Amino acid sequence: MTTTPTRTRPSASRTRGGIGESVGRPDGVPKVKGEFEYSSDLHVEGMLWGATLRSPHPHANIRSIYTSDAEAMAGVFAVLTHEDVPGRKVYGMEIPDQPVLAWEKVRYQGEAVALVAADHPETARLALGKIRVDYEVLEPVTDAETAMSEDAPKLHLSGNELRRVDVRHGDPEAAAEVVVEGEYEVGMQDQAFLGPESGLAIPDGEGGVDLYISTQWLHVDQDQVAESLDLPPEMVRLTLSGVGGAFGGREDLSMQIHACMLALHTSRPVKMVYGREESFHGHVHRHPAKMRYEHGATRDGKLTYVKANLIFDGGAYASSSNAVCLNAATFACGPYDVPNARIESHMLYTNNPPCGAMRGFGAVQVCFAHEAQMDKLAEKLGMDPVDLRLKNAIEPGMKFPFGQEVPYPAPVREILGRVREIPMPDEQEAMGRDLRELPGGVSNTTHGEGVRRGVGYAVGFKNIGFSAGFDDYSTARISLSIEDGEPVVRVYTAAAEVGQGLVMVQAQIARTELGVENVVVEAADTRTGSAGSTSASRQSYVTGAAVKEACEKVRERIFELVRDEFGESDELAIEDGNIISDGREIAPLMEILDDGEISEIVEFHHRATHPLDENGQGDAHFQFAFAAHRAVVEVDVELGLVRVVEIATTQDVGKVINPKALEGQIEGGIAQGLGLALMEEIRIQDGEIQNASFTDYLIPTILDMPPVKMEILELADPEAPYGLKGVGEPPTIASTPAIVAALRNATAMELGRIPVRPEHIIGIPKKPPDELPQPESSRYSGIGRLEDRRET
Amino acid sequence: MKLRLMVNGESRETEVREGESLLYVLRERLGLFGSKNACEQGECGSCSVYLDGELVCACLVLAGQAEGSEVVTVEGLSEGERLHPVQEAFLEAGAVQCGFCTPGLIVAAHDLLSRNSEPTEAEVREALAGNLCRCTGYEKILTAVQMAAETTP
Amino acid sequence: MQFLQPHSWREALEARAAHPGARPIFGGTDVMVDLNFGRKRPETVIDLTRVPEIREWNREDGLLRIGAGVTYTRAITELGNLLPGLAMASRTVGSPQIRNRGTIGGNLGSASPAGDALPPLYASHAVIEVASTRGTRRIPVGQFIIGPKRNVLEPDELIIAFIMPEAEGPQQYAKIGTRNAMVIAVCSFGLALHPESRSVGACIGSAGPTPIQPRDAENFIEDVIEEHDLWESRAEIPASALDRFGVLASEAAMPIDDVRGSADYRRHAVGVLARRTLTWAWNEHRGVAG
Repeated sequence: MTTTPTRTRPSASRTRGGIGESVGRPDGVPKVKGEFEYSSDLHVEGMLWGATLRSPHPHANIRSIYTSDAEAMAGVFAVLTHEDVPGRKVYGMEIPDQPVLAWEKVRYQGEAVALVAADHPETARLALGKIRVDYEVLEPVTDAETAMSEDAPKLHLSGNELRRVDVRHGDPEAAAEVVVEGEYEVGMQDQAFLGPESGLAIPDGEGGVDLYISTQWLHVDQDQVAESLDLPPEMVRLTLSGVGGAFGGREDLSMQIHACMLALHTSRPVKMVYGREESFHGHVHRHPAKMRYEHGATRDGKLTYVKANLIFDGGAYASSSNAVCLNAATFACGPYDVPNARIESHMLYTNNPPCGAMRGFGAVQVCFAHEAQMDKLAEKLGMDPVDLRLKNAIEPGMKFPFGQEVPYPAPVREILGRVREIPMPDEQEAMGRDLRELPGGVSNTTHGEGVRRGVGYAVGFKNIGFSAGFDDYSTARISLSIEDGEPVVRVYTAAAEVGQGLVMVQAQIARTELGVENVVVEAADTRTGSAGSTSASRQSYVTGAAVKEACEKVRERIFELVRDEFGESDELAIEDGNIISDGREIAPLMEILDDGEISEIVEFHHRATHPLDENGQGDAHFQFAFAAHRAVVEVDVELGLVRVVEIATTQDVGKVINPKALEGQIEGGIAQGLGLALMEEIRIQDGEIQNASFTDYLIPTILDMPPVKMEILELADPEAPYGLKGVGEPPTIASTPAIVAALRNATAMELGRIPVRPEHIIGIPKKPPDELPQPESSRYSGIGRLEDRRET
Repeated sequence: MKLRLMVNGESRETEVREGESLLYVLRERLGLFGSKNACEQGECGSCSVYLDGELVCACLVLAGQAEGSEVVTVEGLSEGERLHPVQEAFLEAGAVQCGFCTPGLIVAAHDLLSRNSEPTEAEVREALAGNLCRCTGYEKILTAVQMAAETTP
Repeated sequence: MQFLQPHSWREALEARAAHPGARPIFGGTDVMVDLNFGRKRPETVIDLTRVPEIREWNREDGLLRIGAGVTYTRAITELGNLLPGLAMASRTVGSPQIRNRGTIGGNLGSASPAGDALPPLYASHAVIEVASTRGTRRIPVGQFIIGPKRNVLEPDELIIAFIMPEAEGPQQYAKIGTRNAMVIAVCSFGLALHPESRSVGACIGSAGPTPIQPRDAENFIEDVIEEHDLWESRAEIPASALDRFGVLASEAAMPIDDVRGSADYRRHAVGVLARRTLTWAWNEHRGVAG
């Protein structure tokens, strides 16, 4: 790893387990022993099982719902519909437009219509089958472009356009010497976290409810659940349960309100766990996109302009589509110096499954397109694709097309240059290789025939944290006390650990700041103020900063006590539980603290951001992260099967907090990028999901994922805690276009759509079947006409 | 109906409903939540257990099929506080993130190493292809299994 | 739902006779998915894992008689040398977990055109032995499977075994999937050379309502081999004939468009797999690597 000195220097370095170390997970031992409690593992005596009836139709009027037969079943304790929603009948993070339980109309296949609580999951499932819903089936709007047309049915009162963002920058009529155009399409990707949506709601006997839940953002859940239950927020208490992955898919509600309704209605604890099929209907997905691009450049390869028309399918309800639409508009040109730009970003309602947050959030789709355009331009100019990118790389002090000044650091040139320098994997002879190291793997499709290698590059960037004027903050309480004769720091936040390792980061920061090794990160719940969402790669920054500042306040109070006792002291520090002055130990922390507890709460707000104006101009984002990728692939050009040989990446992370966890984020993010490039897509036909299972929604296996070589840059962001940058999303952004670029390099095919299917790689159906050798062709001359002979 | 099983060396008896899977019985009837429910169709390996010494997906075993059988789950691999070398290696390598796939992977890796104490990289990949992980990109898992192979006697 | 667990073949047949249409279960890879996903809930399930007779395999009149309850794992470890095509196909099935439980009998019972074990059975002209309390009958595999997920098993019958010759020449199996492991076949191809009977057996998987034997392709290549006396000379099959074999296989496919692949792609890929598997098998016959 490469290190560049940071401006902020941690106050204590001797205490073990501080920032910069590969500290192990505090939840690691229970996880490897199978004892860690995920939300699907929750159970209490006497609990009921909740289940959800979902619409089989993507678009229909509900004429009536009959529940009597289900209610009459033995073992069924409640059957609820929209009439039973005590408070607000809709929910939604940005726009509350989604029914808690549908009434009058369903707008997507899988929309929740009714609920059951029963004494066994099987009973609950059978009861769902006894609920009769009389639907009047309507023609679904299954495509965003159709939804835009004047005569499309209006799916919401506000119309079908959910959001439009225009970015106008420079001269809209700018002309160029060299022009390339392209059309690109991205399929609907699923987060495919392994732990299903689940939780346990326990009524408190006084009208309130406690919900144990896997989520990304406890407080936004709490607010929405309370609204729909018509309860004050303090009567709806949420505690984070074990989360089996998230990747954006748990930012919206799934079963939260439903479980609480059933629990309050039955006065019994109610557990709900989605099956895998239901999970595909039960959370939002990555937005499918259609993107038309035009790039203009000078003959020597300087970008003149970018025009882009982006159309996103938001599905039936808003979720976080607004922000995705804005993100896409602001990142549409890529991390390049673009003097003139005209971007239109459209977000449409359709009758497809709702789309919302997924790792990369609007940056993924446009990066696929702008990077393909850069390659196309390089080819037209006869330039090396990396050189073209280097020539146009954005730099601090320049302006993004959306008007914001590029802050330091923005090392696009550096990461591109370095990723190119990472040694290439050896070229091995394909013939006779172990099957597992060939496209197709043990399926034995090639022994080396048709295998061609390709190399591709891409670079991408994204905002960290919430943007465009959102008050994005986090709350942390730090307490320091003596327990059993030892100083102990307790960290209280509502920040959701979803697997990424935030519990480690919080503890590392506390150790570094307070010089105490024994740090306990308490379970996240709504008793502490909001930490904001575990999304947008923001928690290390925002909650990290809240923890850091609260620790600093605690430390300052200790130093006050020290000064009270020892008089003015120079260069105070705490290391390994001892007070240090001027490099010498002067007292153990225990003595200073006595039996007292020092506790501080901090609400950290990052620098304000601003909405875009009508020309799409504004200081919308507060931090940007950049990563570049190089993919080496091998393609069986006759069958269109692929083996990714290696991914190399360079990423600027500002400051490495936990090296092993960072590597894990990068490798895991790349795997999801690989999935989108090659296999992952929710296939929808007439509004209905065709592959709601892990049999047909394929995610990469260990045989699909190649080794990753990485080089990490630490260019400190002067505003961020320790200079760090969010790291979770950048690996997912440019890895996909790098892989597709490598496929193009190997095959010379256009490949404008992801996931790339074997069909696309070999050009089916475009390639006419008569290219196959025919009996009349000269290649048959040596054989004669054997079929004729057989007949005689 | 009644079901009798030997689970992690302990004789257990429980009432089950026909149609319940071994996975459901382990989790909801016997309180062994280590085996995970992620796909319910044998595609993800999160519910991997030993059934009479063979690695299987517990979600694909109908409860009654396991009558009188010996089942070992992830909970049966460590001895009290002492972790099995495979478990140690997963921690050491940083192979655990959300951890939902971890129990199944540990049982599958345990099975691989019991059959092949020095697997090549390709052998590890083939043996673990039925265990999906969505967080790690598998690199650290591969490292963990190779580390465990070195430390497993 | 009733759960029956016979401990002998006799008991199994009696159970099936008493509950016609009861669903047999072994590895659970089909039955349990239906149950877990709430799709189908049979009234009666007969567990065959405790029936020792169907777990055995032996030689009978110079042929191999393999119990329907032999798992994919055992097909690889115990039958790998005797039936390499079946072993190769078994290796492509799911994961170790699935191969430890899933059986070839299950593939026959489900009669899915995507069943990986089926093309090798067709390519070696396997015969399926089914039985009921009424008696036993043997049916060639091509007549046993009659449509997508349809076979000729009567409601009171169970599959006890399949019978096929030990490999007397090279065999191959290749399968297309959109990832490099754990896939249901987009399409597949099984091939067996039978030097003693001077014939070539081939079968297309997952590109039609049932596995398909491409008779024209088989006949064509048999003629080429005869014509040039290649069985004995072990000389190369001309490239143009290999191509033509692929084309004829491709023409025999009857694929559909579905979520796993397009019909056009399947047709194309079948041709490539046919050509490649024949090339590999013939090279092996010649004693040449590759």
